[in-house]
Amino acid sequence: MDWTIVSFLTADALQNGTIYALLALSLVLVFAVTRVILVPLGEFLVFAPLTYVWFLPAEVSGLNLQGQMPGTAWLAAAMLVWWAILDRSNRRRAGLLLLAALGVLGIAWWGAQGVPMWLGWIFAILVVLPIGPASYRLFFEPAKNASVLTYLIIAVGLHFAFMGLGLVFFGPEQFRLPAIWPGQTPIGLVPVNNQAFLVYGFALLAMLGLYLFFTRSIFGKALRACAVNRYGARLLGISPSQAGYVSFGIATLIVCVSGMLLSPLISPAYFQGFLLGLKGFVAGILGGLISYPLAVVGALLVGAMESWASFQASAYKDAIVFALLLPILFWRSLRSHEIGEEE
Amino acid sequence: MKRALIGLLALGLGLGLAQQAPLKIGVVVSATGPAASLGIPERNTLVLLEEQVNRRGGVAGRPVQFIVIDDASDTTQAVRATRRLIQEDQVLAIIGTTTTPASLGMIDPVAEAGVPKISMAANLEIVFPVDEKRRWVFKTPQTEQQMSIPIVRDMQASNVRTVAYIGFNDAYGEGWARAFEAAAREAGIQVVASERFARTDTSVAGQVLRILARNPDAVLIGGSGTAPVLPQRTLRERGYRGLIYQTHGVANPDFLRVGGEVVVGTRLPAGPVLVFDQLPPDFPNRQVATSYVQQYESRFGIGSYSTFGGHAFDAWAILRPALERALRREQTTNLAAFRRVLRDELEATRNVVGTHGIFNMSPTDHLGLRFNEAAVMVEIVRDANGKLDWKLLRTFR
Repeated sequence: MDWTIVSFLTADALQNGTIYALLALSLVLVFAVTRVILVPLGEFLVFAPLTYVWFLPAEVSGLNLQGQMPGTAWLAAAMLVWWAILDRSNRRRAGLLLLAALGVLGIAWWGAQGVPMWLGWIFAILVVLPIGPASYRLFFEPAKNASVLTYLIIAVGLHFAFMGLGLVFFGPEQFRLPAIWPGQTPIGLVPVNNQAFLVYGFALLAMLGLYLFFTRSIFGKALRACAVNRYGARLLGISPSQAGYVSFGIATLIVCVSGMLLSPLISPAYFQGFLLGLKGFVAGILGGLISYPLAVVGALLVGAMESWASFQASAYKDAIVFALLLPILFWRSLRSHEIGEEE
Repeated sequence: MKRALIGLLALGLGLGLAQQAPLKIGVVVSATGPAASLGIPERNTLVLLEEQVNRRGGVAGRPVQFIVIDDASDTTQAVRATRRLIQEDQVLAIIGTTTTPASLGMIDPVAEAGVPKISMAANLEIVFPVDEKRRWVFKTPQTEQQMSIPIVRDMQASNVRTVAYIGFNDAYGEGWARAFEAAAREAGIQVVASERFARTDTSVAGQVLRILARNPDAVLIGGSGTAPVLPQRTLRERGYRGLIYQTHGVANPDFLRVGGEVVVGTRLPAGPVLVFDQLPPDFPNRQVATSYVQQYESRFGIGSYSTFGGHAFDAWAILRPALERALRREQTTNLAAFRRVLRDELEATRNVVGTHGIFNMSPTDHLGLRFNEAAVMVEIVRDANGKLDWKLLRTFR
């Protein structure tokens, strides 16, 4: 391995690691507040860009969709309506939710009729975003105070459901998306895709934003209180369900934007979210699912391992990455107490 | 009263057609799931054929009925569908299915019941070696071995001395790695790297770097669907200037759509039906391929055809004459005996011209294609209107 190869591999590791870091941050955020390991985050990551394909003009996407609305819009609207039915005793909230459902269908219809690409970009995120908080309300909140394992089983079930729906909505093949910032810029020896800089920029922004949110805003502090001690937080008047919606919402937003920025580099398809999500989860585990900085370090480590493995022994790449998890899990289980048992 | 009348009418119809009980053929295809882009044209083709055959008076005066079941690209469901077709529907033969793993899974149930089956999946192992079980199994698509020869010939003609391979880390990629690397070595072409990637991968930078470090004259990418775009794009982004070959698994419009500019200049082996209108006039299956594509497009839209539907067309092309001959020898009411005779007649298939080649079966060869007619080399080009299209590069007759 000479210097050129090392620098190329490092660039690749950084790009993959950044995406895993964004997923890991979202996973840690959701887990800390709600004790849910949100496996379907990977699906949300591909849902947003795939929805965007439906809003693209035919000559860009290469598809003739004839103003068809993306399936995610129906899913989001249906979940919002269901949420409204569950919360029907709270008239005002139910009304707002129904309005939101109509809004989602409205922008999906408008987007499918043809809008400027930047507007379609935002619409795609807006259409997918409600699926996150609605998942919490519909599937996790009814199982109040369940164990981490129960939540995990629900999350895995949701992952399979969303992946199957993804296949129904978007078909089995991949899609090509236009880059926001096309071309490459050489950094030293390595030509880096300009689009990758947008991913890095967003990652830094997301980390800074989360830091400010948790240290400066009252909402953020409330979430942190929930994360530290849910019982105590409830005694102080912090609603755990509201904390759930907010954390699911933020995580879904981060993941959707990451997916939108990443997609021109990977040609997204319905099946690609899971493996990305799984590697984000590995990264989160390296940080014990509680520490944000450690999760980011873990993500970069997973990215580096992956690049190195794909160069050295590509047939065993994923096996090597996941095998890495075993000794670290072992080491962590010796050091830490079981998570989620403190209540 | 009304109901009784309808019943009487149905009885009358039934009696009238009793002499003409339909010939039931089971069809298993992957019309949904990951292999849907292959399975849908297969199903469409068979639906088209069923209508056409019955409009023209059926087979030996009897109507044909295709009982189509979707296996959702899943082996378990394919096996269940097979058992249902055999036991409940009492079919004479089975056409199916789209994918290799599911086609392998269907061997046991058809061999146990003694029902001839024609698979539309690629792998050689489905019909080779012809043993006690595989006696009952036939197939129509070309194997990796047959498709490797045109690639190697084209590489020789282009003065390729060293080649790198990167393929799926599944049955498809491994099958191609074995077939191609053997054929290349035999032709004196050195394989300098053999890498793998997953269908679901979002980055193949490591593998591509390894290939670039060896600086091969050409790279073969062994994948199907749209996933093989990724290594090709990474190779080009990293400044690779050599020849890039793909396999016939990418011979679908989606590959062109996702690939765009980076796949221009790609070479691949394909069934001749892909470039039906560019074949030389004396190419033996030009006429069959042309008429198939015209029928398909007039029903399902211009540009809708793919090579995969051709495999279904070919399955019926060999089944139909075998059925006619078997009907002369045995009654269909004597089901077990008829299925045996039908199997023997399928094995006796000679000179059947299909969309993908000329079929000559034998007791040791249940595919019966020669690569000379069954494979052509194709290049992806940008046509005068700026659209990507397949261009015939060379034939091997």
